[in-house]
Amino acid sequence: MSKKTYIQAITDALRLELGSDDRTLLFGEDVGKNGGVFRATDGLQAEFGEDRVFDTPLAESGIGGLSIGLALEGFRPIPEIQFLGFIFETLDSIAGQMSRERFRMGGTRHMPITIRSPYGGGTHTPEMHADSLEGYLAQIPGLRVVTPSNPYDAKGLLIASIRNNDPVFFLENLKLYRSMKADIPDEAYTVPLDKAAVVREGTDISLIAYSAQVNQSLKVAEKLAKEGISAEVIDLRTLSPLDEETILKSVEKTGRAVAIQEAQRQAGIAANVASLIAEKGALYLSAPVGRVYAPDTVYPFGLAEDDWLPAEDEIEAKTREILTY
Amino acid sequence: MYVHERDVSFMDNEQPIVDFSAIHDALGKNFEPVQVIDGQAKVVKPEIVAKYTNDQLVEFLKLMIWERTLHQRSNALTRQGRLGFYAPTEGQEASEMGSNSAMKSTDVLMPAYRDIPQLIQHGLPVYKAFLWSRGHVLGNEYPEDLHAMPPQIIIGAQYVQAAGVALGIKKNKTADKVAYTYTGDGGTSQGDFYEGMNFAGAFQAPAVFIVQNNGYAISVPRRKQTNARTLAQKAVAAGIPSIQVDGMDFLAVHEVTKAARDYAIAGNGPVMIETLTYRFGPHTNAGDDPKRYRTKDEEQPWFDNDPLIRYRKYLTEQGAWSQAQEDEYVEQVKADIKAAVKQADDAPKQKITEFLSNVFEEQPQNIQQQITAYQAKESK
Ligand SMILES: Cc1ncc(C[n+]2csc(CCOP(=O)(O)OP(=O)(O)O)c2C)c(N)n1
Ligand SMILES: [Mg+2]
Repeated sequence: MSKKTYIQAITDALRLELGSDDRTLLFGEDVGKNGGVFRATDGLQAEFGEDRVFDTPLAESGIGGLSIGLALEGFRPIPEIQFLGFIFETLDSIAGQMSRERFRMGGTRHMPITIRSPYGGGTHTPEMHADSLEGYLAQIPGLRVVTPSNPYDAKGLLIASIRNNDPVFFLENLKLYRSMKADIPDEAYTVPLDKAAVVREGTDISLIAYSAQVNQSLKVAEKLAKEGISAEVIDLRTLSPLDEETILKSVEKTGRAVAIQEAQRQAGIAANVASLIAEKGALYLSAPVGRVYAPDTVYPFGLAEDDWLPAEDEIEAKTREILTY
Repeated sequence: MYVHERDVSFMDNEQPIVDFSAIHDALGKNFEPVQVIDGQAKVVKPEIVAKYTNDQLVEFLKLMIWERTLHQRSNALTRQGRLGFYAPTEGQEASEMGSNSAMKSTDVLMPAYRDIPQLIQHGLPVYKAFLWSRGHVLGNEYPEDLHAMPPQIIIGAQYVQAAGVALGIKKNKTADKVAYTYTGDGGTSQGDFYEGMNFAGAFQAPAVFIVQNNGYAISVPRRKQTNARTLAQKAVAAGIPSIQVDGMDFLAVHEVTKAARDYAIAGNGPVMIETLTYRFGPHTNAGDDPKRYRTKDEEQPWFDNDPLIRYRKYLTEQGAWSQAQEDEYVEQVKADIKAAVKQADDAPKQKITEFLSNVFEEQPQNIQQQITAYQAKESK
């Protein structure tokens, strides 16, 4: 066990997988000598050489296409897209190509690609950097979408993603990179790619969240506990596919649910959660499913970020509203 | 099923029909950087210098001193937390001001994040540039007579858009007007870069594409971006003329850009210019450390090649410029910047309701509901 930040846990996972499987290749913009703009790949080029860890020319569509070609040649690409806002440049390679190859070739080929990319608000990045775009990604058949909320899951989910034979989009939360530390095992371990975690057990209401919102939800649950309210907090961890079983079991127990996301309201993950509950768990409910989200605007200008992002007090207010419905 | 067995063994030992190595060696051979005044302040092309009076040259030098001062103040303000995002421009003054000063204020500028000085010279008030840096929508509210888009963050996107603006200018039959745009050496790897040049070429649209080759895309050196010997040669495949220019030489950049503009407005189609320059500082002020990817030995010759040094030296030797004049001018620029900071500080706080009102022209139900909800919050 060692104390590791969220980003150190990611570096750790990358180092272990580069070390244990020489078919893995790590590449992207500034990931080599520079170790990534956040240092997630710090030291990996020095350790594994330029053959395995390398900078690409500046082109996200190139990075996506290259990954597909390398996968066809038997490699396990771990490309980095420097910020999630840049995936639009390579959406064809993700949505139009790699996620379809297994299907369109009748299962005779696979694409063991893990795309890593940071996202999430609160660090005052320029526009097109911090947007929560997981809703777009989760709509792509054939693509797994994964996002950890803590160092333990960051390492375990990343290793599982790299070892998985299908394309995985691995979302790293910018704000959590250095704000979280935890004791995690030094050796390699995996966390399943289709299992949500019940991070706090409760009986009165289910708070269903992911990424940075899990930590906010936990704080709300703690606060409510002082008033004798028992909130269960679920960390989705994998946004596609959703772990329906864990969500429904929780709602069956509590009878009330709030789905929480940092993204705008329209067509996001929380909508998927709410519709799942409406579709398969409506009879468990004693109140409508609540949702917490950002307003339906473009991601805001930096100075207004804090007013725009869903805050703890919004989660708390919505939770109280659903509790007393 | 018949599968043709390809036997290529007969090709061994045979003289190839074409010598690709020789072709490769020839690529990029006809790009020799244009220079007017060299790094030692020696005039290389007197016929060009002769076109300008010393007073005009002093105005050019002042543009570079202005940009350097803006850079120094922006750097300091960023460190004090009084600016947000800032991409240092030190070293690129000749490249940026030399090209921008060859354009007219009616031309349409499509800049990237390092092109703030050009935007300001094109008409963006300094305080708005500061508000953009801080992350305030007022910084992007442009008056109608400012013919520019806000700085592009997505590398390369501005290039294709510039082709669109240029085609629009052509379809509107507007005389004496071009679209001009900037990207960096890294930007030339994007698909958008090629598409922009190719479209503008195919439509014979009046665009000037400027590539500021400052040696790096964050940490990635120019040689890792492409196997092409020059970036200028990338325009060849689009069928449009291109040139390399000493990006530390104001007059060279200025004259080349002016010629490109003249060529474009005459109806000949677009031109691409590669300026050879250097980013003296870090990529941005958000934690980039050049020591991780480049050496002092590499940096020093570029620092010695500072675009201000040669023009300052030349004009001082001509008796047209002095340290006292420079000091006075710098003080004046600093005072302007100070006033702009004050004006930026006075900007009202942004409201979510205003953001919501600017998503669509006609408000759909979800937006209306959210405006109501945020109005209640904001009036508290
Ligand atoms: C589509 C896209 N990919 C990546 C980035 C992140 N990024 C910002 S600047 C930069 C390097 C750009 O280098 P260059 O084009 O040489 O311009 P310079 O910064 O040197 O002026 C990168 C990779 C981005 N903003 N947009
Ligand atoms: Mg560059």
